[in-house]
Amino acid sequence: MESLEKILQQHPFIQGLAPEHVQLIVGCAKNAVFEAGKFLFQEDEEASEFYILRSGKVSLEIFTPEYGPVAIQTVGEGDILGWSWLIPPYVWRMDGRAIETTRAISLDGKCLRGKCEKDPKLGYELMKRLANVFEQRLNAMRLQLLDIYSIKVPDKK
Amino acid sequence: MDPMIPTQYKIQRVKKETQDVFTVELIPTEGERKFSFGAGQFNMLYIFGTGEIPISISGNPNKTGVLIHTTRTVGMVTKAMSKLKAGDTIGVRGPYGSTWPVKEAIGNDIVIIAGGIGLAPLRTAIYEILRERESYGRIAILYGTRTPDDILFKRELEKLKSRLDLDVQVTVDRAARTWNGNVGVVTTLIPRVRFDPKNTTAMICGPEIMMKYSISELMKSGLSAEKIFLSMERNMKCGIGFCGHCQYGTEFICKDGPIFKYERIKHLFGKREI
Ligand SMILES: Cc1cc2nc3c(=O)[nH]c(=O)nc-3n(C[C@H](O)[C@H](O)[C@H](O)COP(=O)(O)OP(=O)(O)OC[C@H]3O[C@@H](n4cnc5c(N)ncnc54)[C@H](O)[C@@H]3O)c2cc1C
Ligand code: FES
Repeated sequence: MESLEKILQQHPFIQGLAPEHVQLIVGCAKNAVFEAGKFLFQEDEEASEFYILRSGKVSLEIFTPEYGPVAIQTVGEGDILGWSWLIPPYVWRMDGRAIETTRAISLDGKCLRGKCEKDPKLGYELMKRLANVFEQRLNAMRLQLLDIYSIKVPDKK
Repeated sequence: MDPMIPTQYKIQRVKKETQDVFTVELIPTEGERKFSFGAGQFNMLYIFGTGEIPISISGNPNKTGVLIHTTRTVGMVTKAMSKLKAGDTIGVRGPYGSTWPVKEAIGNDIVIIAGGIGLAPLRTAIYEILRERESYGRIAILYGTRTPDDILFKRELEKLKSRLDLDVQVTVDRAARTWNGNVGVVTTLIPRVRFDPKNTTAMICGPEIMMKYSISELMKSGLSAEKIFLSMERNMKCGIGFCGHCQYGTEFICKDGPIFKYERIKHLFGKREI
């Protein structure tokens, strides 16, 4: 079986991180598997985990009283999931539900925060990588917000 | 023959694809039932009493017996067209414009990116490429639309999805829990696709903003502007390079396009004043 360290090193989010930093992260890591239909987390629960997704698909859903759960994004292989572990009050803002069997490395948020506090170089490196993900997700959300497939194009006559 | 005079075609069948998209199958009212065209070309369709609009051909370039167009209802002419029934007639001029680079792309990996109604013009390229599947490397078809109910050519996509020699991914902007597919804009699928950036041809059709972000994602993965092709839209009148209505910088969309190599138009693409 592949070691957690090796799996982490191959993941796009971790790739290129200094080996000593990967080792620090491994100290907070464990394997996790979620069958289709199972929740990784639910809104308002304490956000204690940070997931590095290896395979499968997770739907991020917001519960609306009128329409029930609405999926706003799916994430899968090569993605990461969750940053609420980093930001007080450390609470999930939505539901995360596996829609396929999903394999992940689950990192303990408290443990990871501790390591980042102790080793600011690791902290900064992780923040840069997370900022990249924030930017990508924000851009994607902006396009989603534009409702691009149905907006009328401006008249260019 | 005057290129501005349309030929009469009869509607053989109308198919409602989604709430605002429909497909018509046309046959000529007289003469031979043969309409040759290249993947990606369009026709000027004249809806009698209303007006004339450019619509891409969405059928199989190797089945020339019927002419197929898939249209989204947006304004006056498309609305009038959506009300037509089998037996009604339409005027057709064409085929016009440039084609998808299906021949040039032989030997390459292929990434096809479609947004909304953009799948219709790209379907012709998909037919052509799959006819000679073995001539290409990996093939990915990425399609984004609003909701699961807005998915075009659902049956065909399902069939393609079940093939082991294709990577077909569909994503929607919004969905209820009954949808088990992807949610998010189509650009989010690009990093998940495997292709050799040095040897890949990408073909994109959809809203300009979607094409812009798709190009940026593809180039981040190492694809060059030489290998990215997109289909552009502007309002048209003549469709054959006479009137200047569709001018796009130094290019005429009807004659030089609608399909352009990104390299050729990158100085124009996304510019606000053009
Ligand atoms: C080369 C080419 C190929 C095309 N292929 C297809 C095709 O295969 N299927 C298809 O459905 N359409 C296609 N179009 C777009 C189609 O030509 C227009 O939607 C049509 O001309 C609109 O005419 P209308 O009279 O119904 O709308 P108009 O009355 O002209 O417009 C009504 C409103 O819709 C907006 N609008 C116009 N065009 C579009 C558009 N393309 N998208 C969103 N909003 C628009 C206008 O800005 C206006 O606000 C193509 C266009 C080009 C240039
Ligand atoms: S539509 Fe007349 S020049 Fe293009």
